[in-house]
Amino acid sequence: MTHFTTNRRTVIRGLAAIGLAAPAILRGRSAFAQGRTIKVGHVSPRTGPLAGFAEADEYVLEGIRAKFAEGIAGQGGTYNIEIITADSQSNPNRAAEVASDLILREEVDIITAASTPDTTNPVADQAELNEVPCITTDCPWQPYFFGRSGDPANGFESTYHFFWGLEDVIAAFLAMWDGTGVEKTVAGLFPNDADGNAWGDPELGLPKPLAAAGYTLVDPGRYQPLTDDFTAQINAFKEANCQIVTGNMIPPDFATFWAQAAQQGFNPKIVTIGKALLFPSVVDSLGERGNGLSSEVWWSPYHPFSSSLTGISAKDLANGYSDATGRPWTQPIGFKHALFEVVADVVKRADDVRDPQSIVAAIASTSLDTIVGPVDWSVGPVKNVTKTPLVGGQWQKGDNGLNLEIVANATAPEVPVTAEMQLL
Amino acid sequence: MDWINAIVQGTLLGGLYALFAAGLSLIFGVMRLVNIAHGDLIVLAAYLGLTVTAALSMNPFVALILVVPLMAGFGYVLQRGVLNWTLGDDILPPLLVTFGLSVIIQNALLEGYSADPQKLNAGAIEVASANIGGLAVGYLPLVMFLTAVLVVAVLQWIFYATALGRAFRAVSDNQDIAQLMGLNRRHVFGLAMALSLAVTAIAGIFLGVRTSFDPATGPARLIFGFEAVIIGGLGNLWGTLAGGVILGVAQSIGAQINPGWQILSGHIAFLIILAVRPRGLFPRMDG
Repeated sequence: MTHFTTNRRTVIRGLAAIGLAAPAILRGRSAFAQGRTIKVGHVSPRTGPLAGFAEADEYVLEGIRAKFAEGIAGQGGTYNIEIITADSQSNPNRAAEVASDLILREEVDIITAASTPDTTNPVADQAELNEVPCITTDCPWQPYFFGRSGDPANGFESTYHFFWGLEDVIAAFLAMWDGTGVEKTVAGLFPNDADGNAWGDPELGLPKPLAAAGYTLVDPGRYQPLTDDFTAQINAFKEANCQIVTGNMIPPDFATFWAQAAQQGFNPKIVTIGKALLFPSVVDSLGERGNGLSSEVWWSPYHPFSSSLTGISAKDLANGYSDATGRPWTQPIGFKHALFEVVADVVKRADDVRDPQSIVAAIASTSLDTIVGPVDWSVGPVKNVTKTPLVGGQWQKGDNGLNLEIVANATAPEVPVTAEMQLL
Repeated sequence: MDWINAIVQGTLLGGLYALFAAGLSLIFGVMRLVNIAHGDLIVLAAYLGLTVTAALSMNPFVALILVVPLMAGFGYVLQRGVLNWTLGDDILPPLLVTFGLSVIIQNALLEGYSADPQKLNAGAIEVASANIGGLAVGYLPLVMFLTAVLVVAVLQWIFYATALGRAFRAVSDNQDIAQLMGLNRRHVFGLAMALSLAVTAIAGIFLGVRTSFDPATGPARLIFGFEAVIIGGLGNLWGTLAGGVILGVAQSIGAQINPGWQILSGHIAFLIILAVRPRGLFPRMDG
């Protein structure tokens, strides 16, 4: 766990550059602290298989800390906000451990977490148990809510979440396919993990809405993640003459499937896969065969939103990351920023920041236009959850490699379409 | 036809498992060392391949010319510098040290290469296939299988037809007497590890061409290697190849019934063989 403040930015950057974990650095010089410092814990998977989700943490937090260093004007005066980060190591048990550490030892006032149910759920569970206000994002709401045995009638006390849900993914996928006139036979590839089972679930997953929209789904069954062979699935898809492939896969499984599909002469017209195709690095690694693959888009530089905290636009935030690191933008950047927008907004509005109840009340009454769209817990599918817009995107060849273009926005017309959907 | 296809594809997949397992088998045969870091060493080789192909913009298979000696050299140094010190009557210390090595390699790769999934790009061969009697057989899996056969054949030849192989067998049978006969067992072990990691280099390149890898994928790849070694009989190289093929075919037949059974049916085949022949199908004749 690392403690640092914005006035040591250059040090942190230097340390990060040579690949050392930042050591504990002295706590903030409280030039602005008229009230006391508010501590915000942040758990994310900095290392391990999910590390891609948190790769922009340093960059985003640097901007947030610079803003927080000016102090945030709240109801009881100007507050210093200190962000304490912790690494979940992509492991849910570790996430619970560091969350409890942040709550009990660091005594954080608000705890936040982002990226996949493996991070958000254990952290939110710890927060709920200890009655500490908790805000999470970057995980579809069904695994978050039902994965924690949430009861839609009662919801949770202290834990709040903003992201989209499976119904939005389905709508975004259908919006992409509908305009293309491709034959409506869909091949489904769902792994035997939390996401795959949710997506493939006959009641709550893809099968029902696909059937309602006139699509036939060919689902050979759940496969184990890190499978080395997709021959059986490819046979079934070829037999049914599937033109569209969809599912929720991890990158190595998709790479295996996609190479074998070509070897065995299965050439679908549309390939829309959740999770595996989120990150530019993954799609780039597929080379020529990455062109034309499609995926859901939660956030992009084209989203017409800007930060309520710093005023920066989605475009500038994404470009800033590319300029600072030389790496292409990724979707979690916007949500990480928005998470702290919400934190700042809550601190501004809370009647008494020393009182967790008051903070929770402020979270519940949030109505904020963030860099990822509106966050407002008074509207949502269930209590404690609110949804942000989701659109469909396709990786298309541009001047500098593959770009994720928005190709279908029926689900969120405020996000502009940037290109036509192309068939493979 | 689907079933024949499943068996053919499973057999070819067995080649990959055999490549994963050959290095493990060799090390166990020579010095009774169970290398927990083997999967991570495969991934390390894939990353080395990535670096070489990116730096010299060459085909990953050409990069083997550099990656194989690099990994072999690393293996020798690793054995002489670290693992030799842990070998003794107790099998626990080498197990723990290789476990630690596995953690170190994963985190070093994460620091060095980030968590991005990477892939080696071998060009058209990745997706090309031949139509053999109505079956689409990919060139890449075919090359992989033939390479596995070749690697096992070469290792077998080294073991039974060269002075080095005689030294391997001697230290394997009795370290102390081998030492008395003028063999430096530390050096012999170093050479065995070098040979093992040379094979690992080939496995790593094929893994990287076949699918994407990231620093954390090593351990998941280890289990099939272990199973192939145990099915075939500990320390028997042709047995390891047979083990890989049995595992691959069991998996693809399971998948043909239901994709959920794919991995499971491989494990079941492994358990059945373990129950019926606890020492594997072709145990080494060492009494």
